[in-house]
Amino acid sequence: MNFQLIMGEVANGLRRNLSMVISVILVTFISLTFVGAAILLQMQIGQMKGYWYDRAQVAVYLCTNVDTTGNCSQTEASQAQKDAVEAKLTSSALSPYVKKFEFEDHAQAYKNFQAQFSTSPIAGFVTPETLNESFRVNLNNPSDADILIESLSGLAGVQNVEDQRGYLDQIFAVLNTASVTAIGVAVLMLVAAVLLIATTIRLSAFSRRRELGIMRLVGASNRFIQTPFILEGVFSALIGSVLAGLAIVAIVQFFVQGVLTRTLQTTTTLVGLPEALLVVPILIVVGAVLAAASASVAISRYLKV
Amino acid sequence: MIRFDSVSKAYPSTSRPALNSVSLEVLKGEFVFLVGASGSGKSSFLRLILKEDTPTTGDIHVLGQYLNTLSNRKVPFFRRNLGVVFQDFRLLPNKTVFDNVAFTLQVIGKSRGFIQEAVPDALKMVGLAGKSGRYPHELSGGEQQRVAIARAVVNKPAILLADEPTGNLDPATSAGIMTLLERINLGGTTVLMATHDAGIVDQMKRRVVELSSGQIVRDERQGRYQTQAIPTQAFGREAERIAP
Repeated sequence: MNFQLIMGEVANGLRRNLSMVISVILVTFISLTFVGAAILLQMQIGQMKGYWYDRAQVAVYLCTNVDTTGNCSQTEASQAQKDAVEAKLTSSALSPYVKKFEFEDHAQAYKNFQAQFSTSPIAGFVTPETLNESFRVNLNNPSDADILIESLSGLAGVQNVEDQRGYLDQIFAVLNTASVTAIGVAVLMLVAAVLLIATTIRLSAFSRRRELGIMRLVGASNRFIQTPFILEGVFSALIGSVLAGLAIVAIVQFFVQGVLTRTLQTTTTLVGLPEALLVVPILIVVGAVLAAASASVAISRYLKV
Repeated sequence: MIRFDSVSKAYPSTSRPALNSVSLEVLKGEFVFLVGASGSGKSSFLRLILKEDTPTTGDIHVLGQYLNTLSNRKVPFFRRNLGVVFQDFRLLPNKTVFDNVAFTLQVIGKSRGFIQEAVPDALKMVGLAGKSGRYPHELSGGEQQRVAIARAVVNKPAILLADEPTGNLDPATSAGIMTLLERINLGGTTVLMATHDAGIVDQMKRRVVELSSGQIVRDERQGRYQTQAIPTQAFGREAERIAP
């Protein structure tokens, strides 16, 4: 196959359809940026889940002498009751699920509270006695929390058993909705991109229908006829996907690593450049494959022998 | 070379078939005129030979290929053995004479060396050796048709199909084109020419196949545009000649 001739045809087609080619580039650029953002968000969720679920605990709060909720009646949990909870945690029924647990007494709870709310006026009103003593339990598998809640909630002296993952799941739900939205927008934009590529290729083929007719007449193979058109679509989509890749890298570099990291500091881990560089080839492949597919469908009408 | 066995071609949404049980054989090296009124099926006939269409019923063999079952993938390679010339020339306006002829060789993947040799040969054969750098709009109709013929024969096809090649040309220019087609025929190429030009058919005295309403109504060796067997109303020069 004559490489030079085909490349000449491609350049001709791109030049003749410049405005359509530019719109293809822009639409693929925007749609693939959304795809990339959605992928990054999913990666972020995965990373946060890994990070936080390891740290999330099940807290078994014990009664204080002011509590009336749960199994409490304004009596401090006795040592016997604490031992009962501890015995339950180390029993053969629960120990397979428990990785480790530690006991947090009033003094420790007070210290943590003061550290956490040091800037808040509420810190001055709290006394160690009003803060619950608790068992902090790390599980082998965080999703087994329900078993613990079920078997410990009924014990005397236990105010409440709480799965801290509940707080995280709300955050993840918000992030998940954001990424689903991004995917939805991306899919719509990709449909537009595919249709636009098909239209562009049809226009390009129409403006060259004399050549195409003669090519078919003298026996040019279908592959020879369609290759320039497919390359035309792939080429313009590639420019768009490379731009999208650059945009993703820029977002991660300047917004996530720059602004977000400075704002959130070390409270959580964020996606970085390695993740962004993983997304870029995905975008480029998606762009090229979609363009090639829609261009070859669009040109097939001109290939009927 | 070309064999039709009771070939019929019906297009959807018309009751009358374009071709109705046509059987015909064209041998190697023949020069055949295809005559008949507009709508008699000449174009359908040529389209079937090119496999631009498949017959509704009947068998078509061209150049040893059974066209009914020829796969779409093989059609381009089959067509490389056929040359086609049209009434409206169908040249590419933005390419020079040389590039128009070279284009057909480029798209079937011929080497640059072959193109540099074959194109000047073909242009010389049609008498346009000195005009290879011109553009189609700079040429007369006759010259444009010569370029189209050069394009059709540059790949040395076994069969040349001509669909009213003189339809847009004056009689003198037409005669030149016919001389050229005759020369190509003498070189061993089978020529099948659809035409309305009675003068040319009468003068050439070659095989004439007449189609009417999709059927072959006449197949004569050394025939004329109109049959001698059935007297019909004649016009113009023809009338003067028949009735002195």
